[in-house]
Amino acid sequence: MIYGAILAGGSGTRMHISSMPKQFLPLDKKPIIIHTLEKMLTCTRFDAIYLGIHPSWMSHMTDLLEKYDLDLDKIHLAPGGESRNDTIFNIIDEIAKDFGAIEDNDIIVTHDAVRPFVTLRILEDNIEAAIKFGACDTVVPATDTIVKSHDGVDISEIPDRKIMYQGQTPQSFNIKLLKEHYSKLKPSEKAILTDACKICVMRGTPVKLVEGEISNMKITTVTDYRIAQVLVGGERASD
Amino acid sequence: MINYIYQLVNPQFISVKYEDTNIDSNVLIRPRYMSICRADQRYYFGNRDLKTLSEKLPMALIHECCGEVLTDKSGSFKPGDYVALIPNIPTKEQSGIYENYREGSHFLSSGYDGFMCEFVSMPPDRLVPVTGIPMQTATMCELLSVAIHAINRLDKIAHQYRDTIGIWGDGSVAYVIACALKKKMPKSKIIVVGKNTRKLSRFSFVSETYLTYNIPNNLKIDHAFECAGGEGCYDAIRDIIHYIRPQGSVGLLGVSENYVAIDTRHVLEKGLTLIGCSRSGREEFLEAAQMMKCQKTRRRLGAIIYEDEPVKSVDDIHRVFATDLNTPFKTVFEWRL
Repeated sequence: MIYGAILAGGSGTRMHISSMPKQFLPLDKKPIIIHTLEKMLTCTRFDAIYLGIHPSWMSHMTDLLEKYDLDLDKIHLAPGGESRNDTIFNIIDEIAKDFGAIEDNDIIVTHDAVRPFVTLRILEDNIEAAIKFGACDTVVPATDTIVKSHDGVDISEIPDRKIMYQGQTPQSFNIKLLKEHYSKLKPSEKAILTDACKICVMRGTPVKLVEGEISNMKITTVTDYRIAQVLVGGERASD
Repeated sequence: MINYIYQLVNPQFISVKYEDTNIDSNVLIRPRYMSICRADQRYYFGNRDLKTLSEKLPMALIHECCGEVLTDKSGSFKPGDYVALIPNIPTKEQSGIYENYREGSHFLSSGYDGFMCEFVSMPPDRLVPVTGIPMQTATMCELLSVAIHAINRLDKIAHQYRDTIGIWGDGSVAYVIACALKKKMPKSKIIVVGKNTRKLSRFSFVSETYLTYNIPNNLKIDHAFECAGGEGCYDAIRDIIHYIRPQGSVGLLGVSENYVAIDTRHVLEKGLTLIGCSRSGREEFLEAAQMMKCQKTRRRLGAIIYEDEPVKSVDDIHRVFATDLNTPFKTVFEWRL
């Protein structure tokens, strides 16, 4: 089975323009998360789509699903966790409850709710790569020079830009592989995880690169939100 | 849902338009295979007059396409069904007038976005099932439907004699007309007149092929199709008028950017009928899909396809248009954007 997992456990504190989590802000005529969900639903490869939602916003999400008349048979809700990886594993637990024990070939395609510009091509490429290689990450080549600084004052290192990429989502995995690796990490290792691909990297499993799109942006800041609105021809956000 | 639309903004410049496409009532289709038409080439390389380009661009190109159904709330199709997309969008009913000539009809990739999109939203009646037909060949459904439309029109208007049908031109339109004629009028002798020996050699299933400067003086044809287009229109129409029998009908399919002089003295003298034909509608698409079920026809159509590498980026779009300049017939490619 192939599962989509939309990660929307965040509370939107970086936006400062609304008390509402950013995934629920409108983009053109619909909330950002609805655009993302519609794209995932349109990909015919998915057997089910899970939404990892912050518990406080669960009822709001349920209302949105009804309002936009989406395919409720295919959509499942799971509680968001403290961290991104907690949300992913909450979703995996829900999958096991709904569909029975995880099988060897089961795949999960995890995606940020606030990346509504994901394309069907990126989703299809992720599914293919996860099936073939077990783990993959969506990236675009870095365009800015990346500067490393250990103390935030002086440059420690300037890595060669040619080998630098910016990570996007989806990140996709064979579910059994991901669970197995995660269970073997020490608490200190789990504490420094920023995303799920790192679980595989830390355990020495290759994570294949899938070509993303510059436009597959993460709507995190007010500026991102304004750019996204301009891209779809919508109105400016009010501060 | 946000759709990526790959628009030609200026000749050889593609830009992505992001559009929140309404997905409520229509069928959603993922384009899978496309082929390039000479009309797309003219826009892409800017070989139209500036006024037309400024009026029609920006616009997504390509009107020869087949795809996979993603969702359909009307229940006409199942997800995963393969369909050919009809680029003609009629806006009103008009008895006795074909949908492709009606006032108010839109044609996708001529003033309206064509199929170079992430997904396409269309009413169910603009889709024709092509399940079981290889996608590369199914992209030819539009071109075959145009040929069928021209043949049907001529068949309806022309006198009853069908002994010899002449086709002027040796490109894709001429080839597909010949394929469709072979199927629809199997008893007729098909003569093809062209300028390129190598291209004419592909017409292995017709009765005779002639180079334009080598047509036998005693050749007589009952009816003809002009598929030369461009600068070749003038010579082709002149020759057709010369070799055609009295009261013959001539289907004109070749597009020319310039006015073409016609020997009206002999058109009048012979009582000829000139029939302008372009594009097609649902009926002809259905007939084309049916015709493609015949393996022999599919193989004939497949013989003029050059499949380029898949399109996975905007750079690849530029690449397929460059490839098409050196392809004698049809350039087909998988759409993976």
